[in-house]
Amino acid sequence: MSKKAHLIENIALQGLEIAPSQVWGAIRIVPLIRQNVRYDLRLSRRNYDSDITVVSLEGEMMAPGVKYISYVPHGLVLSWSNEGYPAVALGGQLMSEGKRLACGAVSVQVMHRMAKREAENQLRFLPLHLAMEGFLSLFFSGPQVAWSEYSKQALRQGLSPRYESAIAGRDIFGLEEALRVFEIHSQQVGVLLFVSDALASAFVVPTPEDYRALHSSLLLDFYGELLYYYGQHGSTTFMQPSIDEGKIDSIASLKQALDRMRSEWGEFHGFMAGDLLGRSVSAKRVYTAGNFTLQRFITDLRLKTENHIGEAIVRDNGELEYLKTYRLSEAQTRRVYLLSQLAAHDWHLEATAKALRNTVEELIMRLEKASFGYLVNNQLLEKAHKHNKKR
Amino acid sequence: MDHHWKSRVEQVAQEDLVMFINACLACTGQREFYDDAYGQKVSLDFLHDYILGNYRLLYARSLAAGINHFNQSQIILKLLATGKETLPEHRQEEGALIAATLKALPPQRAFKLLQQLRQQRINNRRARAIAKEYLASRTERLAFDAVKYRSKIRSIAVHIHLKLEGELGNFLFGNWKKSFQTELFEKFRQGYYSANAIYNLPFTVAEGLAIKHNIPREVFLSRIESQMTITEKLRLQQSGKRVGKEIEVDFHRLPLTRLAMYVLSLSLQERQQQYDSLHSALLQSAFSALRRSPMQLGRVAAVLDCSYSSFGSSEKRRRPLGVALAVYYLLSTASKEFHCFWTSPVDNPLQVIPKGQTNLATPLLEALSWNPELVVIISDGWENDPPDGAAFVLRLYRTKLDPTRQTGIVHCNPVFNADDFSLRAISPLIPTVGLRDAEDLPTMLNFARFAEGSAPLEELEKYLAAKAQKMLAE
Repeated sequence: MSKKAHLIENIALQGLEIAPSQVWGAIRIVPLIRQNVRYDLRLSRRNYDSDITVVSLEGEMMAPGVKYISYVPHGLVLSWSNEGYPAVALGGQLMSEGKRLACGAVSVQVMHRMAKREAENQLRFLPLHLAMEGFLSLFFSGPQVAWSEYSKQALRQGLSPRYESAIAGRDIFGLEEALRVFEIHSQQVGVLLFVSDALASAFVVPTPEDYRALHSSLLLDFYGELLYYYGQHGSTTFMQPSIDEGKIDSIASLKQALDRMRSEWGEFHGFMAGDLLGRSVSAKRVYTAGNFTLQRFITDLRLKTENHIGEAIVRDNGELEYLKTYRLSEAQTRRVYLLSQLAAHDWHLEATAKALRNTVEELIMRLEKASFGYLVNNQLLEKAHKHNKKR
Repeated sequence: MDHHWKSRVEQVAQEDLVMFINACLACTGQREFYDDAYGQKVSLDFLHDYILGNYRLLYARSLAAGINHFNQSQIILKLLATGKETLPEHRQEEGALIAATLKALPPQRAFKLLQQLRQQRINNRRARAIAKEYLASRTERLAFDAVKYRSKIRSIAVHIHLKLEGELGNFLFGNWKKSFQTELFEKFRQGYYSANAIYNLPFTVAEGLAIKHNIPREVFLSRIESQMTITEKLRLQQSGKRVGKEIEVDFHRLPLTRLAMYVLSLSLQERQQQYDSLHSALLQSAFSALRRSPMQLGRVAAVLDCSYSSFGSSEKRRRPLGVALAVYYLLSTASKEFHCFWTSPVDNPLQVIPKGQTNLATPLLEALSWNPELVVIISDGWENDPPDGAAFVLRLYRTKLDPTRQTGIVHCNPVFNADDFSLRAISPLIPTVGLRDAEDLPTMLNFARFAEGSAPLEELEKYLAAKAQKMLAE
């Protein structure tokens, strides 16, 4: 019996509570608590130690095809049970995966697929890289019709190679120390990570035990360069919820005021993450595992606001079991926005320029600034440069 | 105007001294959970220099305030280094306090301190006289000290130009004849040359000679057991187990906090298996501690922090949690009625581990609604669930629900914050005092009234003077 895949339409942290944050330097970590933990989905970590990982996205592992290349220090192994019984948590068992090659001084690991089923109820996927691969392949193909404005290279190869860069978590100043001194709640299953009060990432796992094992993996993730600069120069603001003290006249009312304080903290942190929580997203299914759907998503693209990409696992009743997000930098947002506009207009430069209220030369300059200049043929490119200089 | 200025000056002096004494109670210059060792040492050093320069007499008298050994050594060294600045009328008291403190310190610390005289280039008549007097005060035990702390006494004697009498000089400076008259020296001489003879010597001495003679560890440990002190036996529990040797320790003879920290170093399973012996040992140790400094309390509630930060650091492993566990036992024996509230629910105090967030507000509220006479909070003060929750509770409780101070509330903090030279306070409305060992709790509760800030400087001066007199009279 095939179940309809439950694709999320917005990130709403169903089944989770937000607790007061802990601050260290410029890093604010907000705990996410799950009261009703069911153990039928478990996530465990598998470490890799190669310098570069090449993932074959289609076809055979060692055959030519589209590949995703990055530094992948760890993968996650999902194990689930169908009937609601507790699932087995496998731990970081060493399994030989893919193929290992040595290219001079660099060790390379070749893997098959971003999300691969390894056993009956076991799936291995590469966290955050799953979302990033989806992001990079958005509007990836390039022009279908051989418009004359495009260079021969664009018509032959499309956008290859499509690449983006990001900063490792270790390079964000203070993140390691903040994670070290963080006190993990007993029912904590996730965090909202803020650098200088800007949302860097949201991370949720199914059970508190899984979270304790994965807490330090936040250092191994990658983040946008904005957060690197925020970590260097930023600080956190002092926050204090305001409670009406006039009504407090007994220990019981003091208790109530304290509970109100906690819920105010939770609400405020939810508000701080408002550009992610409650925002509409478009999601694509990656894998269906029993009652759970693994999917990747991107928020609706809006320039001048935060945009996030990520991956999620959702239970069939809508509860969020796993979440991991990445905040796009301005440049990355601009790039994908331009690509989406081009794709929407069939890659016809004039039509796109008109829709964006630019001249064709201006559009070509925008493409060049976004590092897509190689798509346009040389004559037009020179014409656009000359036009630009005249202004 | 003048009067206002004078009272402000006094207030500043009182605050400075309380800050200094609190720091000296809790800080030992080691790494803490949130701070590193370098920051701790630098801050503490600054505090010492500041108080030394501005309040010399009170600085000297704080030797008697019950501060920890590390800071007592620091004070003595700094006083000896700056002897010129002592006012003539205080010279005798200062010298007497230094001598009395040295006598009260454990001998290894006293010898290390005197050895530091050379390293810190402290070379004046008073320092030499004090070192000479200390060595003389050791009388018959000096032979034992010479065997156990050979290098220290040697370097002290060299630095103060002391002529060592009789065989002591020959023994220390390698001028060994065929045999010694003094029994211990002879035993050492024999142990130096023969592997079998080392078992007549104290444990640490024999340990070094065993390595010299290449004796395997298990053989050594099995034969040396009778020569070990109780703390050495405790320290070697785990390494003894590793070589298959069970070392018997009389747990109830150990000091309370040290025993509590030992219990916490065992795994949960081991604690469960030895529950009866550990529990009774802790109770007995608490009774002995109370016999030494008696304390009679009525209805007492304790709010204890078992959050992750009570793990301390690798240099002070589990000390904040150990202090909390020790205070639990101390207060439960000293009070008529006692109830304990932890930051995370704990069903059995011996099964406590440093885990979870710091939620002080909820247990504090539960403690206050139990209507105690005294609430003792043991925590490092870094609250996060919610931040400033306990401060909010305390403020409203003190201003609205209990303005006449029917319930006494004291915060004891085992951790020193290097950044602002203070112990992190939960609220300005309750006193915060430093606490290194739970056995010092009676003294700290007395000191708490100064930490509140309401007592004037005179009272603090009288308190310190009384303590100094008591120390000199012993």
